[in-house]
Formats: sequence, C-alpha cells, structure tokens
Amino acid sequence: MAYDKFTILRSSAVPMPNENVDTDQIIPARFLKATERKGFGDNLFRDWRYNSDNTPKADFVLNMPTYSGKILVGGKNFGSGSSREHAAWAIYDYGFRCVVSSFFADIFQNNSINVGILPVRVTPEFLEKIFAAIEADPKTELEVNLPAQTITLLATGESENFAINEYKKHNLTNGYDDIDYLLSMKNEIAAFAETRPF
Amino acid sequence: MSTPKTLFDKVWDAHVIRQVKDGPDVLFIDRHFIHEVTSPVAFLGLESRGASVLFSGRTFATADHNTPTLNQHLPVADPLSANQLAALERNAAHYGISHWGLGHQKNGIVHVVGPENGITLPGMTIVCGDSHTSTHGAFGAIAFGIGTSEVEMVLAAQCIMQPKPKKMRITVNGKVGKAVLPKDVILYIISQTSASGATGYFVEYAGEVFENMSMEGRMTVCNMTIEMGARGGMIAPDETTLNYLKGRDLSPKGEQWDKLVPYWQTLKTDEGATFDLDLTFDAADIEPQITYGTNPGLGTGVTHQIPMADAVKDGSASYKKSLQYMGFAENESMLGKPVDFVFLGSCTNGRIEDFRAFASIVKGRQKADHITAWLVPGSHVVEKQIKDEGILDILTQAGFELRQPGCSACLAMNEDKIPAGKYAVSTSNRNFEGRQGPGARTLLASPLVAAAAAVTGVVTDPRQLI
Repeated sequence: MAYDKFTILRSSAVPMPNENVDTDQIIPARFLKATERKGFGDNLFRDWRYNSDNTPKADFVLNMPTYSGKILVGGKNFGSGSSREHAAWAIYDYGFRCVVSSFFADIFQNNSINVGILPVRVTPEFLEKIFAAIEADPKTELEVNLPAQTITLLATGESENFAINEYKKHNLTNGYDDIDYLLSMKNEIAAFAETRPF
Repeated sequence: MSTPKTLFDKVWDAHVIRQVKDGPDVLFIDRHFIHEVTSPVAFLGLESRGASVLFSGRTFATADHNTPTLNQHLPVADPLSANQLAALERNAAHYGISHWGLGHQKNGIVHVVGPENGITLPGMTIVCGDSHTSTHGAFGAIAFGIGTSEVEMVLAAQCIMQPKPKKMRITVNGKVGKAVLPKDVILYIISQTSASGATGYFVEYAGEVFENMSMEGRMTVCNMTIEMGARGGMIAPDETTLNYLKGRDLSPKGEQWDKLVPYWQTLKTDEGATFDLDLTFDAADIEPQITYGTNPGLGTGVTHQIPMADAVKDGSASYKKSLQYMGFAENESMLGKPVDFVFLGSCTNGRIEDFRAFASIVKGRQKADHITAWLVPGSHVVEKQIKDEGILDILTQAGFELRQPGCSACLAMNEDKIPAGKYAVSTSNRNFEGRQGPGARTLLASPLVAAAAAVTGVVTDPRQLI
C-alpha cells in the first residue's frame, strides 16, 4: 500500500497521556466490517470521542479546538491488544503521521511503519517534557526528523534521539514497503520452500 | 560441540531465508490462517499490485469473527458481516485456498480448528491476522499475530520480515491446587508481569505445571501470552503433543509421520542455552483468578480485594479510570460482586475441556434466574463432542442453551454484545473498555469461575462448589 514518504515533520501535537491505550479503543471491533481501506478516521477513538447519540464528547482531546496537529503523543504501552491494522489506518486516515510514546506494543509498532506512520519511542522523562510543553502551550511545535532520528521541542530546543531499524527507515523515507522487497526474491523463497518438511 | 540453543532459536533459525543488513530477518512461513475481518484489504492490495498467492496450499481460511451463533443455516442478517464473509469465500475460491466457511462441518474459530485438524505442527512458523495466533505455540511452533499489510505479504511471498525478538522463559514449578485451571495460571502470570511486561519478547513456558498440562490447557496459556505484550509463547513438544496430533485429519501419516518424530524430539531448549529474561513462579501461589480492571493484567485471586492504586504497576491515573469504568473501588472484595452475563467460549476457552469443566460445576444445579449465559463452542467438532459426551444434557438440565460456534461475545462483532453497564464473567481473553460491546464490563476468568457465577449469580469461589 502506497503511503506518503516520511522525512521531516514539524507540527503541533495532540496529547493523550492515558497508559495502555489498546487498539479496541483506537477502533472498536464493530467498525472492522469494511472490505476496503477507507474512512476509518471517522471512527478513530469512537467510544471515547462520541456519546451514544453520536454527539461529540466535549472533554475528549480530539474534540477540543485547542489541540491539533499531525503528531499524536500517547502514554506508555500505546497500541496494546488486538493486531487489527485498522487501528493504524484510522490514525493515518484521521491525519496523524507520527505517534510518540515511551513504549509501544509490538504489533502496533510494526503495523504503523507498514502503513506509513512513524512510531517514535522516547524516554519516559522526555515524554513528560512533551506533555508539559503541550500543557503550557497547546500550539507548541515538535520536529520529528527521520533522517537524523531526532525529536525536538522547538520552543526550548530540547531534543532526543530515537532508534529505528535502518531498513525500516529506508522504507519510510522512500515510501517503499516489505512486499516490494520480498517480491524481488521470489525464486529464493520458492527454493527454500522445497526444503521444508511440511 | 555446538552452541546450546533455545527451542525458539531452533525454530526461528530454521526459517530465516535472508538476514537483511541492519534490518529484519526474512522469515519463511509454513502455515498462514486467514479469516474474514483482516484479509479482504490484503487481497485488494494483492490485486492492485498485480501479484498472486505464491503458495495457496499453505493458507487456510475460516469464517469466525463475525459469524452469528444462532441460525447459521439462514443468510447472515448484518449486511456488512455478510459482505465480509462473501469476500472471504470469493477470495479463497479465486486463489484456490482451502475455506471452511459458515455451515462447513469443520468451521469454527481459527485458533481452534487449526490444531484440532492437525494443521498446526511442532517446528512450524504460523501467522494469522489475529493477535491470538500465539495459541499455536502450544505445539512448539513459532506462531504470532500480524497486521493486514503482513497478511498481504504472506499471501504474495510466503514470508514476513521481522527482527528476531528477545527471549524470555517463564517457569512454573510445583503442582496447582484444587480448581486452578490453565486459565488461572496464565491470568496469574499476566497479573504479575503486567499487560506490557513481555513486550519485545517471545516466551517459552517451562516447568512441571506445563509438562503436566493437556494440549487444550497449553493452548489457553499460549493464547493469552499476547496479553502481557509478548509476540507469542511456546512449549516444547512432548508425548502429550504427539498423542494429540496423531491421527488428526491433516496430520502427517505413516512414513511421513515417522520421519518427523525424530526431528520433533530435537525441539527443546538445550542445557546451558540462555534467555534474556528468566522468571519463575510457584504453582502453590496460584488460586482461581478474576480480573477487576480494563486490561488483562489487572487481575487477582478470586478471594482477594481489589488492590490499592499504589500497589499496581500501571499508572495510577489509568488505574483509577479503569476502576471507574468498571464501577469498582480500591480495596473492595471481588467475591459476591453481581454478575449479569456469563460467556463460555472464544479461542481461549472454547475447547472441549472447557465445557467439561463448566459442566462439572453446573451438574445438578440450576442457572441463576437473572443470568444470561452464552455457551459457544469453538468449532463444530467441539459442538459434536459436547453432544456425544452427554455434556449438552447436563447443560440443558441446568437451564442453559448451547449456541453455534464462532468468536461471539469475545469481541462482539456479531449480535452477541453485552449491554452497556452490565457485568460479564467471561472466559475470553480481553477486558478492554467496550470489548464485549460498548460500555460492557468484563471480568475475565476460567470456565470453573464462570460456571460458579452462572449458578450463583455473583462472583463465587468455585472451590466452594466442588
């Protein structure tokens, strides 16, 4: 699936300090019935975002005009639970390009990169600094620089490096995916399959 | 002498086709399970790339997440569910993939039908677009959940690209007490490690408790390994494993079986092999468990009080939000909490042993009047076993009804939704907010604890009823 290339992103951010935000919250199961990948952003955080009569909940961060931006900043263990890639699609479709947390669930992290969202893992201390900076000024901007692997609070210049696998970095910066790579080694795969005992 | 290896290393290393420089391993996948929810977009992707399915014989399709548990002979009422089921059928037929759709005698939950038909074997790599693929690790396979992009990847190239996870061993020594089931063992472990305690790891279970456990029990344990954040869990194959597999419909037969047995016997962690993390628990510390919060790590012994916020590993703000959602408070006792619904089923506890356990408590008793009980077998094979073993009679006499197989109220994608605010004691794997329906409140427990709640109407210690 083609996605926008990721290099340097400069944006304000939306804070969501809850820990253990599971993918059932990001996109509840009843919205997984589509057979095409579109429109998931409308139901991002559906049950936290809307009342049962479909009116927006005023106190949920996505409904507060104060907060906006292409970066979602989450609490520890973001994306736990179900493997549904729909969660990453919903985040991307809503307009986020980067999710920041001190800790990501494994499958969510893989899914994010596979759909063109950059997951940035920061230290718990830096995460606190980001939340504090957004609280002080909701329009404060972050710069996420994938080539340099840095995340910076532009107001203060405070910065931290983040880790990303070189191969995944290459894919994200060029808009490539794993399938392109694998299709180029089909003969090698077919030969390997012959050696399997079952 | 070669370097000692763990079970995980042996299976993983045997599947690496290529190590990408500064990147993930290209891992060959022996078996791929697909279902109606996470596969349609993968097939669309395949089509738009002009790619095909590389090895259609290595993929197996079943319909489970959306399927109704009543009147499966009728057309599916929800048009969106019907559309997904039709897409799976169409895609499977188009690419020549074996498909056990609704109404097929082998239909059922993907993680139930794979093992019971002998598709899952020791030493395999197995993936599926479902996090509970970890279930198949019970057979000494490396099995884990993947996203839809990866489903497309496996269809197109029979490989995925994964960095090798770290290794953890969890040993439980000793013998479990009365009424303590495999579900209690895993809920206890998760409560001790937290919902993120094993993130980045692949777990091997070791020790007397797992050696003595049935295959059904091992599947329950491996199934929920994902709930502590691990990619998966596995248990070395042994005589129990081979006895379970021998003679199953798609298990290897005759000479092929005889050739595989010596290989399977090598699938164990060598003396001296090391893990990145080694945890040990004592079986004597485990009592029947129940969760009180909104992630599977927030659980405790059924006779215990809900812990105070400062005693749990999760942040106190999230913890308080969790208790607020559940309508519980710190320090309250779990015993006697009112229950509205009981759900027996799911890929965690929808197997025959689970129904036997449930029946052992309800036999000679009656369902509490106000309880709505959904008893959902994991497959048609399990449904048949329930009937053949006389368990259905016990359930019926106690006032229960048996439904038809599927994922059902585990994730409430079909009609089986727990209403907002209601309490369900559920044998499924997740108690997240709204998991069993918007506003539903889920208490995860074993089939024995579920049965005790179903007959008393409140959270009850099953040891009082045995």
